[in-house]
Amino acid sequence: MKIAVIVFPGSNCDVDLYEALRTVCDADVEYVSHHDSSLDGFDAVMLPGGFSYGDYLRPGAIARFTNIMPAVVKMANEGKPVFGTCNGFQILTEVGLLPGALKQNNQQRFICKTVPLEVVNNQTMFTSQYQAHERIQLPIAHADGSYFADQKTLDELEAHHQVVFRYAEENPNGSLRNIAGIVNRRGNVLGMMPHPERAVEAILGNTDGLKLFKSLLEHGRITVEG
Amino acid sequence: MTTVRIFVTYKPSVFDPQGSTIKDALHTLGHNDVTNVQVGKFFDVTIDEQEEPVEEAVKKMADQLLVNFNMETYSYQVLEEAK
Repeated sequence: MKIAVIVFPGSNCDVDLYEALRTVCDADVEYVSHHDSSLDGFDAVMLPGGFSYGDYLRPGAIARFTNIMPAVVKMANEGKPVFGTCNGFQILTEVGLLPGALKQNNQQRFICKTVPLEVVNNQTMFTSQYQAHERIQLPIAHADGSYFADQKTLDELEAHHQVVFRYAEENPNGSLRNIAGIVNRRGNVLGMMPHPERAVEAILGNTDGLKLFKSLLEHGRITVEG
Repeated sequence: MTTVRIFVTYKPSVFDPQGSTIKDALHTLGHNDVTNVQVGKFFDVTIDEQEEPVEEAVKKMADQLLVNFNMETYSYQVLEEAK
């Protein structure tokens, strides 16, 4: 499975994602610039965290118009795995691959800490290695991570098991229904505010994010390599 | 040329963290009659002469880029009419 990590101007977790995949998981991964317009030959694509275009206008609002985004949308429409963390999640909502929006944290502060999460849905290509309702800890680092959608959209997300991660114990940012990560209806596009790529090595104190990448690579082993 | 000021705010139903904080600060300063503060942003957009009516041009810009209709709404006023 060949994975693309997109690099936008202002991305700052692209290296973390790349190294989590390459060094820790021994995956086939390449950086792809936002200038490029093709993802031919890739089996999955990841949008990293950071502050693309300085978060001007709204986080992700400018990045969604970069050259590479039509190729990302095309991959999503083909059912291939598309993953966005933090700013990547914001871009996925701005481009319309995921419903809702990420608004300013209720506390008006940038929050950087490790938070407890519940794996609400482990029946996705991104979470199959987790136990149902497993409690994990992942870092968050954002100022605009409060998930917002109208009631109808929230009800639809729940009805179709699209809520994948929920904040457990405390809600750090005011996200509606404690939502930390969602998939699209088809299940191949995951966006989440927490950073699994920052929790993949024991020496850094936390490996709870590792199963997300292992899940995806296992999915790739079955679907791509047969 | 026409200059249009486009205002973008959260929808009234969406919690505005900045507005709430500023309202609290105003209360602290004794402005207890303040019941709501709405924070937003504005864009002064200057448009060259064109056939498209300003209203339609503004609507397109709002739809395509300036407003996230999941959580925001907008209004506008024409500051300077075409001469």
